[in-house]
Amino acid sequence: MGEHHGPMKGIKRWLFATNHKDIGAMYLWFSFIMFLTGGFMAMIIRAELMYPGLQLVDPNFFNQMTTTHGLIMVFGAVMPAFVGLANYMVPMMIGAPDMALPRLNNWSFWILPFAFSLLIIAIIQSFLGIADAPNFGWTFYAPLSTKYGPASTDFFIFSVHMMGISSIMGAVNVIVTIFNLRAPGMTLMKMPLFVWTWLITAFLLIAVMPVLAGAVTMMLTDRHFGTSFFDAAGGGDPVLFQHVFWFFGHPEVYIMILPAFGIVSAIIPTFARKPLFGYASMVYATASIAFLSFLVWAHHMFTVGLPLAGNLFYMYMTMLIAVPTGVKVFNWVATMWKGSMTFEVPMLFSIAFVVLFTIGGFSGLMLAITPVDQQYHDTYFVVAHFHYVLVSGAVFSIVAGVYYWLPKWTGRMYNVGLAKLHFWASLIFVNLLFFPMHFVGLAGMPRRYSDYSLQFADFNWWISIGGFGFGLSQLILLWILIDVCFRKKGESVSDQVWDGAEGLEWTLPSPAPYHSFTTPPVVK
Amino acid sequence: MAEKTTHYYVPEQSPWPFITAISLFLVAFGAANFIQQNSGSGIAANDGTSGSYILALGIAGIVIMMFVWFRDTIKESLANMNSAQMDRSYRMGMMWFIFSEVMFFGAFFGALFYVRILAVPWLGGAGEEAMTHELLWPDFQAMWPLTLTPGGATTEAMPAWGLPFLNTVLLVTSSITLTIAHHALVAGQRNKLLISLFLTLVLGFAFLFFQVEEYVHAYTEMGLTLDAGIYGSTFFMLTGFHGMHVTIGATMLTIMFLRALKGNLTPDNHFAFEASAWYWHFVDVVWLFLFVCVYWL
Ligand code: HEM
Ligand SMILES: [Cu+2]
Repeated sequence: MGEHHGPMKGIKRWLFATNHKDIGAMYLWFSFIMFLTGGFMAMIIRAELMYPGLQLVDPNFFNQMTTTHGLIMVFGAVMPAFVGLANYMVPMMIGAPDMALPRLNNWSFWILPFAFSLLIIAIIQSFLGIADAPNFGWTFYAPLSTKYGPASTDFFIFSVHMMGISSIMGAVNVIVTIFNLRAPGMTLMKMPLFVWTWLITAFLLIAVMPVLAGAVTMMLTDRHFGTSFFDAAGGGDPVLFQHVFWFFGHPEVYIMILPAFGIVSAIIPTFARKPLFGYASMVYATASIAFLSFLVWAHHMFTVGLPLAGNLFYMYMTMLIAVPTGVKVFNWVATMWKGSMTFEVPMLFSIAFVVLFTIGGFSGLMLAITPVDQQYHDTYFVVAHFHYVLVSGAVFSIVAGVYYWLPKWTGRMYNVGLAKLHFWASLIFVNLLFFPMHFVGLAGMPRRYSDYSLQFADFNWWISIGGFGFGLSQLILLWILIDVCFRKKGESVSDQVWDGAEGLEWTLPSPAPYHSFTTPPVVK
Repeated sequence: MAEKTTHYYVPEQSPWPFITAISLFLVAFGAANFIQQNSGSGIAANDGTSGSYILALGIAGIVIMMFVWFRDTIKESLANMNSAQMDRSYRMGMMWFIFSEVMFFGAFFGALFYVRILAVPWLGGAGEEAMTHELLWPDFQAMWPLTLTPGGATTEAMPAWGLPFLNTVLLVTSSITLTIAHHALVAGQRNKLLISLFLTLVLGFAFLFFQVEEYVHAYTEMGLTLDAGIYGSTFFMLTGFHGMHVTIGATMLTIMFLRALKGNLTPDNHFAFEASAWYWHFVDVVWLFLFVCVYWL
């Protein structure tokens, strides 16, 4: 090997980064900042809803908070976190030096902060009382977002375009890396599940982000160039918007959960000290989920008046998708069955993931039943459903992944006592926050309103307490990360870190060298 | 120069992607301001002039960045720094990018099929939507092309067998000449390469010329405009984005022509040429679908 080839000095290392670990770290920090920003908005929402009646903000501002909270969490927190983990871990797991297209990788990342600054400009203006931020919900249904959208909608539209470019380029990079940079002997069916789930996620991203771009483009032309895609007077249809959006939207929710499946499939075998049960079935289940996710979108539209045959088709398809999801849950449980289990922090989060994600899956099944959904649609029951799968699902898995790989990234063990505190606080408060939402939802409390009728009062008080508690608990994580990343506290760890862990990433030193593998390792 | 590791090649750090991201931000920010034209509020409360400058700056930035970024890549390729593995990465990257473009057009084709097969007939009272028709626009007649909208806008339908058919012939022929050029490149026949590539360009630009002609005709004589209802919306969205892609493809091929003139495309190192050719074929196939679904049937 030639002389050492290190990064550029100072800020240039980050602005012009082409290294997968540098870019991965930036993605993860960006995501965490967005998580705290979106979380702050959630605090405003819960403060308003703590008591019936209007407390704190006016209804229009309330709507802006629900909208931007959703957008920031989905596109700014969860998705970039997974991309960050993919950047950091995929090359290390398959024995590659870096991502396949490092400069494109830099571009994918740096588009994101700029894309979000467009949205954040709108939000800051709204805080200052100058102009409205987007207020039509994260699903931005027409005509709320076309005819009635505030001026900042255009900033939002271009921001979505930029996020789309970023995601597509990021996904292209992941796919190419996995197909082209695997070490000799690393056949497809030997790849760690995190790599597999990301491969399929990347495919979903490339397939549906352009459709989202199409949706916002039609919005833009409807708003400014006189087209009538979503306007019945011109022969279009507002329902068309929902079709296009959910054709993107449903695969999108799987984009936010498949990598999570990959993470817990890495962690559970480590701490159960048994190989993953049913590896091949996990791969096939992931692929069938991805395939089916293109055929279920109208389960979000059971109340718009689709033809009966349509409602039935989407109902059955949606129920079908629960089958491969169930396969996964059974496999995780079977992996733990009779294992020599220990409960380190990543394992705690993973077990919580399995249980709580399953609750979200069950409420999803209830929602899949058309006549039942016509009752539950747009109530807090739906809010409970997707927060179980997204917060105690996707977010818990991300946190589990961070606790699992952080020692590998930094070479130091974080403060385990605090991390356990973080786990238990998150676990208790997340349930206090989201479980009662099932009840108020079933009782008919609609979502996206700044007020509610009196009979929902007590539950909502508890929900808000859970919300504040969960929000504050995340500051523990912030501190743990600062402590280990910047204050450089914590004991050094071995290369192996966790005794039961398997995979190429654990054969590298902790922290891993600048170019993860300079010569391909041989996988037997 | 980036070092060559024993087995893997990792390119050097580069400032261009970051500056491209800034330029993209300027485009987005400028366009969002520009498009408001006095209707905005807050930061967008202006007549759009400043927005147009920011937009122009952003576009200029992107063009310059593409130039320098690709220039670096070409230099590295000419210096033989790219391994076979890197070449494969580029190829796969381009294919998946084209797949994303397919899905982008898919969204608009989906919208077209939805309004043709469902929305417009429903507005006319078909299926279970009789009441919508009765209550909203009882006089409305479903038809395609939709030349009279429920709201009363009228337009004419674009006939398929005039300019659109000519354009089909042009584009299909250009795909053939491009394939000839490709074979010539692989066989190392420089003149044949240059001539057939040049022909491809002529055909491509002729296509664009006639497309503009058609738009002018549509706007000035047929009342076929963006605000003529859903027929005009789908027509211009699909053909417009297609035309934009033809422009991009033609630009790529022009650069390939210049590079071929300089002689820096060789029989065994010409990924850029192939990528441009794939892109061109993709644009061609999209046109065939357009011709059938938008103009003809
Ligand atoms: C067993 C699997 C699942 C089933 C059967 C299912 C079913 C459903 C149904 C029928 C709805 C529509 C409810 C309504 O609006 O009336 C819904 C909403 C939603 N689901 Fe799921 N789901 C499943 C898993 C997931 C996963 C894994 C995620 C994300 C990680 C997710 C995220 C969402 C979101 C975000 C919404 C609400 C969208 C909105 O209206 O804002 N779901 N789900
Ligand atoms: Cu869904």
